[in-house]
Amino acid sequence: MDIFGVPHQALLGQVMLGMVNGAFYAVLSLGLAIIFGLLRVVNFAHGAFFMLGAFIAFLIGRNLGIGYWPSMIVAPLIVGVLGILFERFALRRIYGLDPLYGLFLTFGLVLVLEGGFRVAMGSSGHSYPTPPALRGALDLGFMMLPMYRAFVILVAVVVCAGTWVVIEKTRMGAYLRAATERPDLTQAFGINVPLLLTVTYGAGVGLAGFAGVMAAPIQHVNPSMGSDLVIIVFAIVVIGGLGSVLGSAVTGLGLGVVEGLAKVFYAEASTTVVFLVMALVLLLRPAGLFGQEEG
Amino acid sequence: MMAMPPALRRGLMILLGLALLVAPFVPQVIYPVFLMKMMCFALFACAFNLLLGHTGIVSFGHAAFFGSSAYVTGYALRDLGLTTEVAILAGVAFSGLLGALVGVLAIRRQGIYLAMITLALAQMVYFTFLQAPFTGAEDGMQPIPRGHLFGLVDLSDDTTLYYLVLAIVAAALWLIHRIVHSPFGHVLRAIREHEPRTRSMGYAVERYKILAFALSAGLSGLAGSLKCVVFRLASLSDVHWHMSGDVILMTLLGGMNSVFGPAIGAVLISALRHYFDGLGAWVTVVVGLIFILCVLVFRRGILGELHHLLARRPLARHRLKEQPNASI
Amino acid sequence: MKNSLRLAMAAASVLALTAGAASAQVSGDVVRIGVLADMSGIYSDLSGKGAVEAVKMAAEDFGGTVLGKKIEVISADHLNKPDIGAAKAREWFDTGGVDMINDLANSGVARAVATVAKEKKRHIIVNGASNMGITNELCSPYAIHYAYDAYSLAHGTGKAVVENGGKSWFFLTVDFAFGIGLEEQVSKVVRDAGGRVVGAARHPLGTTDFSSFILQAQASKADIIGIASTGADAVNAIRAAAEFGATKKQKLAALLLWIEDVHGLGLPAAQGLSLTNAWYWDMNDQTRAFAKRFHDRVGKMPNMAQAADYSSTMMYLNAVKEAGTDDPDAVSKKMREMTVSDMFTKLGKVRVDGRFMHDMYLWQVKTPEESKAPWDYLKLVATIPAEQAFQPLSESKCDLVKK
Repeated sequence: MDIFGVPHQALLGQVMLGMVNGAFYAVLSLGLAIIFGLLRVVNFAHGAFFMLGAFIAFLIGRNLGIGYWPSMIVAPLIVGVLGILFERFALRRIYGLDPLYGLFLTFGLVLVLEGGFRVAMGSSGHSYPTPPALRGALDLGFMMLPMYRAFVILVAVVVCAGTWVVIEKTRMGAYLRAATERPDLTQAFGINVPLLLTVTYGAGVGLAGFAGVMAAPIQHVNPSMGSDLVIIVFAIVVIGGLGSVLGSAVTGLGLGVVEGLAKVFYAEASTTVVFLVMALVLLLRPAGLFGQEEG
Repeated sequence: MMAMPPALRRGLMILLGLALLVAPFVPQVIYPVFLMKMMCFALFACAFNLLLGHTGIVSFGHAAFFGSSAYVTGYALRDLGLTTEVAILAGVAFSGLLGALVGVLAIRRQGIYLAMITLALAQMVYFTFLQAPFTGAEDGMQPIPRGHLFGLVDLSDDTTLYYLVLAIVAAALWLIHRIVHSPFGHVLRAIREHEPRTRSMGYAVERYKILAFALSAGLSGLAGSLKCVVFRLASLSDVHWHMSGDVILMTLLGGMNSVFGPAIGAVLISALRHYFDGLGAWVTVVVGLIFILCVLVFRRGILGELHHLLARRPLARHRLKEQPNASI
Repeated sequence: MKNSLRLAMAAASVLALTAGAASAQVSGDVVRIGVLADMSGIYSDLSGKGAVEAVKMAAEDFGGTVLGKKIEVISADHLNKPDIGAAKAREWFDTGGVDMINDLANSGVARAVATVAKEKKRHIIVNGASNMGITNELCSPYAIHYAYDAYSLAHGTGKAVVENGGKSWFFLTVDFAFGIGLEEQVSKVVRDAGGRVVGAARHPLGTTDFSSFILQAQASKADIIGIASTGADAVNAIRAAAEFGATKKQKLAALLLWIEDVHGLGLPAAQGLSLTNAWYWDMNDQTRAFAKRFHDRVGKMPNMAQAADYSSTMMYLNAVKEAGTDDPDAVSKKMREMTVSDMFTKLGKVRVDGRFMHDMYLWQVKTPEESKAPWDYLKLVATIPAEQAFQPLSESKCDLVKK
């Protein structure tokens, strides 16, 4: 069966792959949206923390023999701690300034991290083995989908749903939401807002590190794996609405699918279609698809 | 620069001018082609700062203007066989118009959203050039002949080209200086400081912003065109967002609150990259650290810090009292 | 005020004097060879440090001096960017006193540097790139295309696969001069043999996730998936093809494969693949001796480009010696008169268009059982004589070729 002149297998196949990409976009934009929502910091280093997560998983796997499953927890934890240190000693100093300084500061961090890893590990990629339990492929009829990629989609949905639950349904999440709206009042109620900010940054970049571990078997670990990804994730967060957590996750998945579709019809444009959508959204509905107009 | 005694300032300018005039005769001290590259980036950074420092608008997509002008000039020289000055003007006109177009779209929003629009539009420009057949995509547009200035002067000699680039960049920097210190520049600064008040005074703020975009883009394009002529090559790196990041870095390092501060940032970053390129990725790390330092402790940039230090001297403070509108 | 002006003038004169002194030192007493390679990027394994060492070995084996002048080897990383490569070449020729630039892995860089070489009238020898432009529209008396090129790869692997029944092709091409040039040459071979090209997908250099491209290849239903990429790109593409089940119905043709790629894939994944290489370490005693010395210095076996770096440097130095000068025109003439007989080839000669003529070879990757030792990966299938392996002069677009 042909849809728009394209065999349906090709279409479904690319949409499927698009959902895998969308899974990464969702988890990454989740972290970025949370950080922007609470800290008002445009965390350009999000891609670098993604890369960090992947490299840590690779290094502890190679040097300490720690496998994929424990790495899924250990690597994001390490990334989170490093994020907390950065927030405490660097990011904190520029709160209250023009948000552009946050962007510049985190951009500097990107250069340091990427450059550092390039010096230590070289520019070319290192392969990370797919965990044995997830090798093999599922025959979906229209394509063979490697099990690992199906797993990635599942995990992303679980993580996004879990994060949403934490933010909307728990007390911690309530503090977060309160601090986002009125940090002064929240502090007046006795909640340690600076600590909340620190922990939030750590959690946000920890999510990025987690995405990095997930990406390692697919993308091969290399220092620049985060950098082209990060501007797309930015675009996604802007489309979804800076600060809307659910919005960015949904937008991430959705745009992954849009990219996949673009690959079928006009493959070269697939990397640019996200920016086209962002420009349109910004011009027509500036708060983003799910966001609220800034007061 | 206001706090420096005029004699010292003049002396430094003369020294710089002499050094630049003499440079091509001593290629062992400093490679003339590298010097030309530095001049192009100094112009690029100062042009970019028309938007950032003087109008308060951050553009994440300035590489689009720099690189598209380079491509247009390259096309004009290589495929249309035009003379060099016409080719350069074509590039500048293109990037100026592109700047106006981007401006019209971008200024509908503010702050970070404006910046993201410029990024999105720049990515689309990048994509267009990646796909266009005449650019040669990853291989770059080459070889581009340097052409003849006014159809007469052969520019393939590096020394001849050097003096042309020096003259053009000096003129362009002088133009930027004039723009900043003109009534137009005052309005831009007013917009940066307090837009609603400026609007309430009757100024058509949108038109000023668009014009600022066009000027900044056109002059950035001039830098790109010159670089294309010097290296006989225009490539995707010229329109890539890394290039946009570079120019922001140079401006921040040099000091965005002065006219020529960004030029100093451009010179430093270019020199760092040129003399230490044997160290590979270490340069990236160092540049990143400089960026971080600039944001944390060095926000005024080099020129700004210098100015601040000098402004503390009693004589300078007296002089500053007479001119409250000095930078910073 | 007067004081500061005087100060300025004094400083300027000091500057002028020191500048004058500095310009007295010049590099005329050294024969300098620059290795412009990919030192840190995706092709750094194929080129990189190995290339530099190969050239250094040649300089040392030659005796360290030629015509009483010292031989110096320097290197730089072009980062796979033509503008950086061209700028470096320009600087080397202008102020670095470099007489010959070698390796030039990456066709985009090689093309850009070939233009600079023609303009500055200084020598380059291309060993790590395949694009045909070096001996066609960009040819000059100063550029030599030594090791392999797209035509020979197409007429080696391409021809063999088509003749084995691979009639319909889908290309997976890396999106710059190398991939595009190779795809062009192989497409011609396929069409000339009565086959057809069903489609092509271009991917950026350094792609790690080939899933969507493999899907496109599968959707095309072509017999053959032609991989016009190399190094890590080819390795990742081949792995993805297996992962997504493409190899069940389609065959892979790796149009430029190196022993490093076989090493990266592992014999179980790579066995049976055909590849065209100009040289292999295990061909004869001479190649084995060179390979052992290289292995001791670098830690891995040399590939055809690195062997060519060594051989071409030797040829250049010999030409300088016989010409009695390092003047580029004299050396150019000498290089085109000499016959090369060394560990690289038994009968090699530089043609008028800059093409170094030598035999090419078609190899097949051994099965794990056939391989008896580390790096014992290839078995010889056929020898392609020089006259058949390379583009005939009648088809050349080089303006040095008299028609």
